[in-house]
Amino acid sequence: MGRYALQRLLGVIPLLFVVSVLVFMFLHLIPGDPARLIAGQDATLEEIMGIRQQLGLDLPLWKQYVHYMSNLLSGDLGNSIQSGLAVTDMLMSRVMPTLWLTFLSMAWALLIGLLIGVVSAVYRNRWPDYVGTLAAISGMSVPGFWLGLVLIQIFSVELGWFPTGGVDTWKSYILPSITLGMGIMSMLARYSRSSMLETLREDYIRTGRAKGMREYVVIGRHALRNSLIQVVTVAGLQFGFLLGGSVMVETVFSIPGLGRLLVDSILFRDYTVIQALLLIFATQFILINLIVDLLYGVLNPKIRYSS
Amino acid sequence: MSDNSTVMGAGSPLSGEVLPPVKTKGRIGEFVSKFCRQRMSLTAAGFIVLLLLIAVFGPFLTPYNPDEANYEVLMAGPSADHWAGTDEYGRDILSRLIDGTRLTLAVSLSAVFIAAVLGTILGLLSGFYGGWLDRLIMRGSDVLFSFPDLLLAIGIVAILGPGLSNVVIAVAVFGTPSFARIIRSVTLSAKETLFVEAARSMGAKNGRIIWRHIFPETVPSIIVNVSMKVGGAILAAASLSFLGMGAKTTEPDWGAMLSMGRDYLSIAPHIVYFPGIAIFLTVLAFNLVGDGLRDALDPKMKN
Repeated sequence: MGRYALQRLLGVIPLLFVVSVLVFMFLHLIPGDPARLIAGQDATLEEIMGIRQQLGLDLPLWKQYVHYMSNLLSGDLGNSIQSGLAVTDMLMSRVMPTLWLTFLSMAWALLIGLLIGVVSAVYRNRWPDYVGTLAAISGMSVPGFWLGLVLIQIFSVELGWFPTGGVDTWKSYILPSITLGMGIMSMLARYSRSSMLETLREDYIRTGRAKGMREYVVIGRHALRNSLIQVVTVAGLQFGFLLGGSVMVETVFSIPGLGRLLVDSILFRDYTVIQALLLIFATQFILINLIVDLLYGVLNPKIRYSS
Repeated sequence: MSDNSTVMGAGSPLSGEVLPPVKTKGRIGEFVSKFCRQRMSLTAAGFIVLLLLIAVFGPFLTPYNPDEANYEVLMAGPSADHWAGTDEYGRDILSRLIDGTRLTLAVSLSAVFIAAVLGTILGLLSGFYGGWLDRLIMRGSDVLFSFPDLLLAIGIVAILGPGLSNVVIAVAVFGTPSFARIIRSVTLSAKETLFVEAARSMGAKNGRIIWRHIFPETVPSIIVNVSMKVGGAILAAASLSFLGMGAKTTEPDWGAMLSMGRDYLSIAPHIVYFPGIAIFLTVLAFNLVGDGLRDALDPKMKN
């Protein structure tokens, strides 16, 4: 296990390096002079030169990268072009809503997805299976932002049960997390169905039934527990989806989170903030995948020995 | 396991499965009958054919001029005259939906097509030649996989600027690595088959072996992955348009129509409902067809 973990850890380092280079290059990939972009349209030549010097844009690229990385490692992500505020502070104030939203979405998606998957597998090729499968494929096909708007129209505008947006009360999180979790729920439902079907074919399930175990014990204690490992792994890998989806959902429900910040900063061309957010999202995604891989190695001995 | 030491890559594990090589010739009949046995997928395929016809003949089918404003029926709900109601300029929503079918399908299909071509070429080269080329291509796709799909697309559009052609590029870029990975693994197993060895012993050049012998083996996987990716591409393009990074609000793109309607949600929800239903049904149809194709082409699922 130690060797496997070390291998995976070392594998992540070059990946993080390349991602950091790409994100660093982001400012230079945008057509036009970054200093001019930052200074704005009406800036004088001196102002542009000042910004160029201040940001070190007159240095060779590799020096700029070293500069960027050393700032980054000390927690300095630069200042917003738009507001002049420190990007790190801006991010800090936005983290919690996004975390809550993704956490709640994942929680209900995992619960309901598992339930649908298990019921579909147990009643394979009968009506609960068809209903479950259709529900899962539908959930996967529905545009998240549209679902959000429909939920707002029905439950906030017509019925008035929930606020239309913001994060003032716990109620504000209900509609957004239903919206954000829908795609993952569908994916987990389908995954747990096939994983359960596989497990149900195992010998120990037959043994359990043969010795007269009650069906719910066979399903709940033996089949479900064994397929759970894989399902939870997949759930972990889907966090990336939630990060992408949070951009849409936070926009629809006006939630002041990281995703909304990304959209706003793209619309305002606030490149330093975009850069920081891309870096954070990618790093988060890579680290989650690493953790999931390591956990999977802990839970499933076959993996760590084959590597 | 030097290259694939991760259990599941960073991408979505369900988005595309690696299929073992299936002989395409002589099995087409079998495939068609298997596919036709799946009624839901068959219905969905019929729906897609209908959509394609609408995309081609759209201009002849619209009951009204999709761009013509009519200030007498602003935001009118569905009625006998306007089946899907009218929008904030009094334009007929059904006509705009019909007109927008072409744009919506064109954007997503071309993005997936580009991804399929690029990914297949990269996957074939990577799997066939191995070595540093393989490592380079696979590490490259690892990097792309380390950005969540939609965020990668948003990042690319942020660099290139808004507009539908940039949406196509962005969606194609995030679709490419999954094709590359799948085609690579099919290539790896096809490379070891006897007929490839026979071809090589008869003096066939690498290019010929790849094109004539290995590529046909990858076709089923390409078809399945294309059909699985189109739905996602439509959603991604619609999302970008909704965020104001894709289609212009004047274009009859379904995502853009939805985005415009958002401001009138509480007074005229039908402006939002109908484009959303159109997107939903189309994506659903592509996903169902993708499922059916996978089941019909994947021998593991034979039972």
